[in-house]
Amino acid sequence: MSPHRSTGRAPGAQPSSGERAAGHATFMGMPPFPEAAKSAVEDSQMRHNLRLATGTIRGKREAVVSELDDWPDLRQAGKAIKDRTLRHLDTYLEQLEEAVTAAGGTVHWAADADEANEIVTGLVQATGESDVVKVKSMATQEIELNEALAQAGITAYETDLAELIVQLSDDLPSHILVPAIHRNRAEIREIFRDRMASWGVPAPEELSDDPRALAEAARVHLRERFLNTKVAISGANFAVADTGSMVVLESEGNGRMCLTLPQTLISVVGIEKIVPTWSDLEVFLQLLPRSSTGERMNPYTSTWTGVTPGDGPQEFHVVLLDNGRTDVLADTVGRQALRCIRCSACLNTCPVYERTGGHAYGSVYPGPIGAILTPQLRGTASETEASLPYASSLCGACYEVCPVAIDIPEVLVHLREEVVARPGHRAEKAAMGAAGWLLNGEHRLDTAQRAASAARSLVPRRMPGPASAWTDTRDIPEVPEESFRSWWRREGAAEAPEHTGDGGDEDAQEGGRR
Amino acid sequence: MSGSRERVLARVRAALADVPRDEAPQDVAVPRDYSPAHDRGEAAELLVDRLEDYKALVHRTSPEGLAGDIARALARRGTHRVAAPADAPADWFGSTEVEVVRDGGLDIAGLDGMDGVVTGCAAAIAETGTIVLDAGEAQGRRALTLIPDYHLCVVRGDQIVAGVPQALPRLDPRRPLTWISGPSATSDIELDRVEGVHGPRTLEVMIVD
Repeated sequence: MSPHRSTGRAPGAQPSSGERAAGHATFMGMPPFPEAAKSAVEDSQMRHNLRLATGTIRGKREAVVSELDDWPDLRQAGKAIKDRTLRHLDTYLEQLEEAVTAAGGTVHWAADADEANEIVTGLVQATGESDVVKVKSMATQEIELNEALAQAGITAYETDLAELIVQLSDDLPSHILVPAIHRNRAEIREIFRDRMASWGVPAPEELSDDPRALAEAARVHLRERFLNTKVAISGANFAVADTGSMVVLESEGNGRMCLTLPQTLISVVGIEKIVPTWSDLEVFLQLLPRSSTGERMNPYTSTWTGVTPGDGPQEFHVVLLDNGRTDVLADTVGRQALRCIRCSACLNTCPVYERTGGHAYGSVYPGPIGAILTPQLRGTASETEASLPYASSLCGACYEVCPVAIDIPEVLVHLREEVVARPGHRAEKAAMGAAGWLLNGEHRLDTAQRAASAARSLVPRRMPGPASAWTDTRDIPEVPEESFRSWWRREGAAEAPEHTGDGGDEDAQEGGRR
Repeated sequence: MSGSRERVLARVRAALADVPRDEAPQDVAVPRDYSPAHDRGEAAELLVDRLEDYKALVHRTSPEGLAGDIARALARRGTHRVAAPADAPADWFGSTEVEVVRDGGLDIAGLDGMDGVVTGCAAAIAETGTIVLDAGEAQGRRALTLIPDYHLCVVRGDQIVAGVPQALPRLDPRRPLTWISGPSATSDIELDRVEGVHGPRTLEVMIVD
């Protein structure tokens, strides 16, 4: 099976025998960003789907964020709470362990993905069950838990609607919040019609592409599964150190089903998910729903502390996952990436993400946050990771919308320095490849410039990171309303001038400013 | 795996070499300049507005009118049998003809056979249109309000708070909490919100002033 299935299999394709359990798409071996982005940009259906979806969510987010006049204060508090947590993470991890244990839960520690998968597999095997239901979780995708479970003969059923779409079509997630954002309703109908039967209850014969009908089909497909499965696996949005409470935000009720009905619950939680105290949730329960789905509050939030006799799972395990997080923590500039609460506002606002989609980033963490998180979690030795810090025009829109004020452009510039400081041409090639990808395509440069014009109110007054020395004494020139290229074309030039590019990696915008 | 525990903690400590040894967590300042409450007018009114925004059915009633309103809601819905927590007040059901099954350990199939469930709540947050259940008085265990497709929830006026920061101190983190903001919904198809997936597809709220 080719690992390079960046847009997944055609919905109509039938799975071969045995493929359902064994066949899993993976990001392993993905080409570096420029190559992957090129094929993605050529997929006009995907770009159309993405533009529609990100446009919708941007509008909703803006409406509910502008409703709170203390949003900047909430943002500063969120940032500071996470900074406090990270600077004293060892203290909080031990506190969390003690509180969870006191409440009847069991805490496990996993240094890397293999260890986490081994722990979870062992816990499931100890129950004697071979099926598990899953709540959408970035951490378990990151460690490729489903694949590891499949190798042990355990089938993991994804229950979030978007995850279900991705799993049924043997596709890869392309967005943190809505992993099937690259699929439109017609494609989803095809996937349900063709693939549901091989995973359980089939889709109705006359399934329409009305989102209501599709949601109903998912309900019917998963209902028996929820009512009968004995083991569930989740992540957590927050883990509260002083009480040992886990917090999961969701919309559909699939989370409640998994967190309530099974006998055993296993939560895989990144070590950075901690917040110090119960009352700190007053900040994050305001920041997260508004930033992610653009709602004042998501439909369902579940919190639980250890085990409650007579209510919910009677066996509870937390697996605390490092898997590269301590490497991120060790970098005093890059550390701020661990503040991330996985809202995906940066994806929805990024002009590069909107055009390339999520698969091009070669990781479960796409978009601007992925461009700084993935190279830090996995290192920049390979071309894919080395190219990611260049997957940005540094327009700064991601920083503006980040609810915990992660200065993504600052970290991008910092990582670019790290990449070019590496000996050998692989990294340089990746770096130049990314700039070349943008600059060599006339259409791409044009769209990047128009994006820069459209976003010019968002251009920071100061450049982040090392470039700040330059901007401390100079103003960044205004991005003109119209780029030179656009003016040239409008004025009837026979051909746009050939852009030679000077190799500067900020050319996506600077080209527009000249 | 205690070996991994020590390994992860050692890595964390090594990564934090830049943090001064004598720095305590409280030394990292957390500015809390955000508002404890956003002034958006009368709380019950705001709660109604927000719940309706989520497509929940909302009524305002009085202690005297509650039983009649519950009876009418259950009849409108066409229910024959509804579940209720063992400790839900008997007078809620003083006017209804519908069979009320008190939860005394109904199994999952039993719960799945119910036409709905009637409960109280622990708190309600006006600004976000959120009802919080804590498995306490008149609420029952979590499965009770999850499996039936229809949830009728009674909210007393004194349970309503303005915003999220007022709700948390009222809630006991040791209890399993479910925060409900409207019926179950999804935005997974083209980011278009559709109400009704796995949780109760209809949420009806009685606010008792």
